[in-house]
Amino acid sequence: MRMTYREAAREGLRAALRADPRVFLMGEDIGHYGGCYAVTKGLLQEFGPERIRDTPLSESAFVGAGIGAAIGGLRPIVEIMTVNFSLLALDQILNNAATLCHMSGGQVNVPLVIRMATGAGRQLAAQHSHSLEGWYTHIPGLRVVAPATIDDARFMLATSLASPDPVLLFEHIFLYNIEGDLSDRLEAVDIEHAVIRRPGRDVLLITYGGSLHKCLAAAEQLAAEGVEAEVLDLRTLRPLDDVTIMEAVRRTHRVVVIDEGWRSGSLAAEITTRIVEQAFYELDAPVARVCTAEVPIPYPKHLEDAALPSVARIIEAVRGVLARGGSA
Amino acid sequence: MEVEFRLPSLGADMEAATLTHWLKKPGDAVHRGEAIAVVETDKGLIDIECFEDGVVSALTVEPGTRIPVGTVLARLASETAPAVPAPAAPISAAPPSPPPLVKPAAPAGPAPATAATVPGRAHISPAARRRAVELGVSLEELQGQGGVDIIHIEDVERVAALSKASSSDPRAAMRIAIGNAMTRAKREIPHYYLQQAVDVSPTREWLSAHNAKLPVAKRLLEGLLIVKAVAMAAARSAEFNGYFRNGRFESAVSVHVGTAIALRGGGLVAPALLDADKKDLQTLMQEFSDLVSRVRAGHMRSSEFAAATITVTSLGDEGADSLYPIINPPQVAIVGAGCIAPQPWVHEGAVMIRPVLSLTLAADHRVTDGRSGSRFLKMIGELLATPDKL
Repeated sequence: MRMTYREAAREGLRAALRADPRVFLMGEDIGHYGGCYAVTKGLLQEFGPERIRDTPLSESAFVGAGIGAAIGGLRPIVEIMTVNFSLLALDQILNNAATLCHMSGGQVNVPLVIRMATGAGRQLAAQHSHSLEGWYTHIPGLRVVAPATIDDARFMLATSLASPDPVLLFEHIFLYNIEGDLSDRLEAVDIEHAVIRRPGRDVLLITYGGSLHKCLAAAEQLAAEGVEAEVLDLRTLRPLDDVTIMEAVRRTHRVVVIDEGWRSGSLAAEITTRIVEQAFYELDAPVARVCTAEVPIPYPKHLEDAALPSVARIIEAVRGVLARGGSA
Repeated sequence: MEVEFRLPSLGADMEAATLTHWLKKPGDAVHRGEAIAVVETDKGLIDIECFEDGVVSALTVEPGTRIPVGTVLARLASETAPAVPAPAAPISAAPPSPPPLVKPAAPAGPAPATAATVPGRAHISPAARRRAVELGVSLEELQGQGGVDIIHIEDVERVAALSKASSSDPRAAMRIAIGNAMTRAKREIPHYYLQQAVDVSPTREWLSAHNAKLPVAKRLLEGLLIVKAVAMAAARSAEFNGYFRNGRFESAVSVHVGTAIALRGGGLVAPALLDADKKDLQTLMQEFSDLVSRVRAGHMRSSEFAAATITVTSLGDEGADSLYPIINPPQVAIVGAGCIAPQPWVHEGAVMIRPVLSLTLAADHRVTDGRSGSRFLKMIGELLATPDKL
């Protein structure tokens, strides 16, 4: 069935609400307004105000309430408008959600799912456009997932809800309008494994979320030049699927990591380090990274475009790692 | 003073050779330019010449050993000082020891191999290092590759394929060697091509008159006049005569013209006629005949092998009208001569039938442009048209 990523995410929410009476949604403007990216549109009418709850503008308060509800036996799905605003709830996420299981000696699980929009590309300026999911991958006790396809948007939520521990689910704002076919026979997806979205033997593009489609477009253009790029979608950003990553490195020997976060201290840096630690002798060229320019995301279109990873920059990086002689 | 005599690189694609036999023994005096050993490469047997005057104090490689470029073959005591007894560690068929990290004392003559004298750690990718171990390729063999900044898996596999092929089938090895050099040329050198038709009737008339006076064995070949014309033009056009190395052009002081010679059974080599601009035609002819017979017998001298500063390739009487050759790296130009055929030609306002030669130039755009290439090519044509000045 053909649908948008937004519709797939909504179908995931509807299915979860139908499947388990303990599931409810909570967040700013998710009910009457239908969600700031219209993902929850219509759900209030369908499921009623008990289960689709508009909250006051206090991320700390409603994430904290979600943690309490999860501990109390419910299965809350909390929406934070964008990852930029999640910093107001960072104390709850880090000091409570991620930590309580450990501090209670395993007695208190926090089966909470927090959905957040992330990323740039819609001219929403610096306070609404950053990709901070990499920060959350630093925190033990959290699982961080990033659906990048229609299938993952539809099915990752259910798997996340089944986790006994908190899961942060990042939806890149650029993905909401993409259209694709939902697999007919798929009933669930895992949140353990990275997936090869396109096989190739010459170079490996490691990416996730909003950058996946740029990488696939770059791979398509490179194929026309005779370069076969393999595209790996991480899907789960914490814990990383080292096995799948290293297998792909062993096939290709050359790697470009594409991450919309800033380069310094990034998820791309972590992946690169793991490759050097675990697959150093497989490398035939230095690992390259395509990240966002280290500036607050600019508002003007041309500057925003220039700051973000683009198909052209990905291709340029691929040419760099494939260059004969390379750059020493 | 004692100097080390190392296996020189006899071409951009040569990585190793097998020592066939020594022509000298310890205690023998050797002179600069004298053959000291015979090695077998992918291009046949080659006499390795010495760059020094001196006395052989030790031979450090045994015949039958395959050795990478840069390996010390012998130690020579130069005549200016008494010999220092060196610890003789003859290399047998076992893998050679790693090269010294410190730059060895440079020989007084031209450096035989750049790769062997560059200090520091080689840039070899981690995967290439491991592949080299798996395939039994030594790092020295890899470092013997001219012009490659970083060694990747692909280079290791190429070197391994080359040594495998050369041990089983010399023709296949030559094919690989030619392929490597030409692939490198097409990958790295931005070629531009120019073509010029030349009326060679004055050349032919002069040649028939000249050859009529000579016994058959001494008669000049038409192709040799082309070689001489290219040599003279190259001597006047420094930017077409030399090497592009380490990111820049170095013009050569002498003009050594490589002449592409096809081998029976396939393959080709391009050994050099040394100082071709300075030698008269008769001397060149004698050297050329000698070269062709030695090349076909598989016996070239190392100085002829690697010395060419520019190359001429000719298809001969039965070839195609024109050819568009590929530069032999690290040279920067190659001149192609097609078959000389009767063509309609406008001479003093009338169409006449004339013997016409199609000359082509392939040159390196990093060094020269079409404008200077055009001048160079026309100069060759004009020299050919005035054969008495060749």
